Amino acid sequence: MPDISKHTVTAFDDELSELRALISQMGGMAEAAIGEALQALVRRDNNLALKVIENDHRIDALEIEIESLAVKIIALRAPMADDLREIIAALKISSVLERIGDYAKNIAKRSVEMAESTPIRPVNIVPEMGRIAAEMVKMSLDAFAARDARLARQVQERDKLVDDFYTSLFRTLLTYMMENPHHITAAAHLLFIAKHLERIGDHATNVAEMVYYSATGQHLEERERADQPSDETHLKRTDS
Amino acid sequence: MDQTAPAAPGTTKMIARDVNVYYGETHAIKNISIDIGQEHVTAFIGPSGCGKSTFLRTLNRMNDTIDNARFEGRIELDGEDIYAPDMDVVQLRARVGMVFQKPNPFPKSIFENVAYGPRIHGLAAGKAELDQIVERSLRRAGLWEEVKDRLQDSGTALSGGQQQRLCIARAIAVDPEVILMDEPCSALDPIATAKIEELIHDLRGRYAIVIVTHNMQQAARVSQKTAFFHLGTLVEYGDTSDIFTNPRETRTKDYITGRYG
Repeated sequence: MPDISKHTVTAFDDELSELRALISQMGGMAEAAIGEALQALVRRDNNLALKVIENDHRIDALEIEIESLAVKIIALRAPMADDLREIIAALKISSVLERIGDYAKNIAKRSVEMAESTPIRPVNIVPEMGRIAAEMVKMSLDAFAARDARLARQVQERDKLVDDFYTSLFRTLLTYMMENPHHITAAAHLLFIAKHLERIGDHATNVAEMVYYSATGQHLEERERADQPSDETHLKRTDS
Repeated sequence: MDQTAPAAPGTTKMIARDVNVYYGETHAIKNISIDIGQEHVTAFIGPSGCGKSTFLRTLNRMNDTIDNARFEGRIELDGEDIYAPDMDVVQLRARVGMVFQKPNPFPKSIFENVAYGPRIHGLAAGKAELDQIVERSLRRAGLWEEVKDRLQDSGTALSGGQQQRLCIARAIAVDPEVILMDEPCSALDPIATAKIEELIHDLRGRYAIVIVTHNMQQAARVSQKTAFFHLGTLVEYGDTSDIFTNPRETRTKDYITGRYG
């Protein structure tokens, strides 16, 4: 439930708004980085990839800015209850977004390397997986901005899609590598990229869980971990 | 709405049931029930005029001294009805001591301030025992080292923080079971406040302590249980850590986050 009531000390509201704005900005940049990194991969566009790599330090700088502001608010305003939960959530979300930015940067780096080898077909599946992962990031941040516990829960549910994508891509790539050892380098890079996207989905889910706690004071039940993709079990399955 | 606060885990020292207080036509306390735990520091918080001090004063019948105050309900100390007609109020106030907002030492020596209570209650058999009680009380109040060489100086010559600790020593001297504190630090600087808070921490367990405070950080720091009062009602009562991180009632949340009003 969005809380529109104002604090008696309005400067406190201003600082909270600033914190929310920084989180939105950082989230928007991380989300864009994922999209651009995958675009660079598909189009073999090294300039775009280099731009993603170059821009990552701006995401890192925002994390530091958010941390400073959160520490300042805690020290000066002594926030309580939902305010305190929100500020702690913002602090944790900023470090998750920084990690998501790193994954996007890593995808961009791999796309530069892959541009040197022969294109492989499964590359075209990855952007769809990336689109869902980026959407989860966006949804989790929208949920944060609106203190929307229901939307946060939807993010958690959507993570299953990304996991399924990863599992299926894993099998495809393994088959690909076995059929033609020539493709191993490119397929291995692509496998890491898929893994990064799967991790981005997990991180977005973590953000959603923090948002849920921030909004309700209750912890969202941990998702069934049984359907978590596990490389080893799939390896065995593929081998047999 | 949580009008009947559940029993705190552990030993319950005081029980209040359906307490109403009227000042003339004004209904100051509305149907409050609460259990005060023996081993807890219980904090009463709420905006000015919410009834927290009035309710605190019902716990040792300090409101009796106010002409038009009328009490309804029941308050028990260890199962004993403190509003029973045969209750000795002087004795009750020795068992349920009180420390006020402004330090109010008697205009007598430091020694006499502490010795007065034990003497009138006949707690000391002779001079040696009285000396012992005075020293022990001043030690428990964390004041002994600062005043041991000038026990005959006037209590009013001490600093504000020392005077407040002297008042706590005075309350402790008659060996009370419960200590009520009404804004004990509001007239003190941060260092004197920290000393009182440290003292409250030390005294916890030996005495049941109830503290009224406007300073929410202080309630969060010193108490294990917090009760939020508003317009004469008890809105929420629970573990301090829950009240300050995840209050159940919107009114509590609005107050502690500074959105009240």
